[in-house]
Amino acid sequence: MTALLSLRGVTKRFGGLVAVNRMDFDVTEHQVLGLIGPNGSGKSTTLNLISGAFPLSAGSISLRGQPITHLQAQDIARRGIARTFQLVRLLPSMTVMENVKAGAVFGHRRHWGHEADAVAEAMLEKVGMGGRGHMTVGQLTYIDTKRVELARVLAGEPRVVLLDEWLAGLNPTELEEGIHLIRSLRDEGRTVILVEHVMDAIRSLCDRCVVMAAGTKIAEGTPTEVLSDPAVIRAYLGDDDA
Amino acid sequence: MTALSSRDWGSLALCAIALIIAACLPLSSGAYNLTIGVTIAMYTVLATSWALFSGPTHYISLATAAFFGVGAYVTGIGIQHLPYWTLLPIAGVIGAVMAALVGLATLRLSGVYFVIFTLGLAEFVRQAITWIQNISGTKGIYVLTQITEAHIYWQLLGLAALVWLLGWLIGRSRLGFALRIIGEDEQVARHSGINTARAKILLFMVPGAVAAITGAILAPRYVYLEPALAFTPMLSFQVVIMALLGGTGRLWGPLVGVIPFTFLWEGISASFPNQTTLLLGVCFLVIVYLLPKGFVGLVDAARRRMRNSEGFA
Repeated sequence: MTALLSLRGVTKRFGGLVAVNRMDFDVTEHQVLGLIGPNGSGKSTTLNLISGAFPLSAGSISLRGQPITHLQAQDIARRGIARTFQLVRLLPSMTVMENVKAGAVFGHRRHWGHEADAVAEAMLEKVGMGGRGHMTVGQLTYIDTKRVELARVLAGEPRVVLLDEWLAGLNPTELEEGIHLIRSLRDEGRTVILVEHVMDAIRSLCDRCVVMAAGTKIAEGTPTEVLSDPAVIRAYLGDDDA
Repeated sequence: MTALSSRDWGSLALCAIALIIAACLPLSSGAYNLTIGVTIAMYTVLATSWALFSGPTHYISLATAAFFGVGAYVTGIGIQHLPYWTLLPIAGVIGAVMAALVGLATLRLSGVYFVIFTLGLAEFVRQAITWIQNISGTKGIYVLTQITEAHIYWQLLGLAALVWLLGWLIGRSRLGFALRIIGEDEQVARHSGINTARAKILLFMVPGAVAAITGAILAPRYVYLEPALAFTPMLSFQVVIMALLGGTGRLWGPLVGVIPFTFLWEGISASFPNQTTLLLGVCFLVIVYLLPKGFVGLVDAARRRMRNSEGFA
């Protein structure tokens, strides 16, 4: 299987701190890849590097074999890599519909006019917000803000979806709904990279996992394999003799 | 671009009628009223085009005087060599190119640096022209033409119509939508696929070109041009204050700020000629504190209240 997205030797240094150190991994089409690890291990920085929020210090990233390493965020989004943010970022004084239309109008597949309205409406329906396009952002509950952000991402019809702790902060009922929603993306055959802490979600959603600790990859495999890996357990729980 | 609704046609017809009525002013009133009319038309053009860019993006530009002054000098210098009607497009192109260069240099930076740079730009151009005049031994330029106050007024009115039409078209375009998204959250805009630098530069060229054309139109009114007059920073501040007073959220917003402020300014200039700058500052503070979204904000709030009360009824 050829890789849709490939990272080779990806490194990010902030001054003396090496936040991400020589990361290598591939994501194949229709795959849900979990990027997991303890807090501060470099998962979100890796997503930021893939989406072009920061330039790489070293290494390369390619999409379908084409290098995207030096592209800016907007060009990466147009090539088909779309993301959510760890802290939800909506366009505060726009309606829910306008928020989602932003993705439909400027994303990977670009629509305009009634076509963009139809795509945005379909995506709202998909995330469970159908018929609520007229609402303002201030009227939304926390999970609904996450749904709208996801709808904006999907409205651009991206090739790869990056979800940065999308399930964080949800109560148990919302969590179940959230997992169900992400599973529907998987069932549609979308390619997703999931930065996540919720183990139930990782087990049930991910085809493969890459585990990071202190900026480096310490394990890679199926969720069952990596979660039973002693190196991963040590990274999460610390050494016994520490 | 979507098709026009009957409401759009209605608004267009209303604007056309208002413009025709406004165009009759020089035929029906005295010199003083015409002078006020020219001032209102001038600030309407400047404030509306300023709001096209600074309204959605929240990048406060204080470069209006720089573009205006350059436009005025295009007429001042060019009138001796070229027909007057060729000078307006030349001024527009020079203003747009200047704005693009300023945009390339500054719009990748955050808003605060942009404000300071634009203020500095007007001062820089003024000092540069003063310096050139000093080494060449000339002190100012006489702009002697047959153009009357009524001609200036009609030209400004035509330019205002163009600016409104352009603003209306931009508001319905992808570029207009992109600018609104940039104003809300520039990082989201970039990650949604918007080339934020290009969108900002493209739209910043509009107030640049319009202010330069306005300067070119107004130059014959001054008769004698000198840098301190053409590049006065007061112009940049007044444009910002008028646009904020009216509100930048709607195309008609700046106009409803320009009209009352022009009369207020007339009163201040006549009654307190030595305290104008001080009172301009006070006006700015009062508007920012009491009317942060301008008259447009008041109208929108009243509409929302009416809708809510209808909803509960």
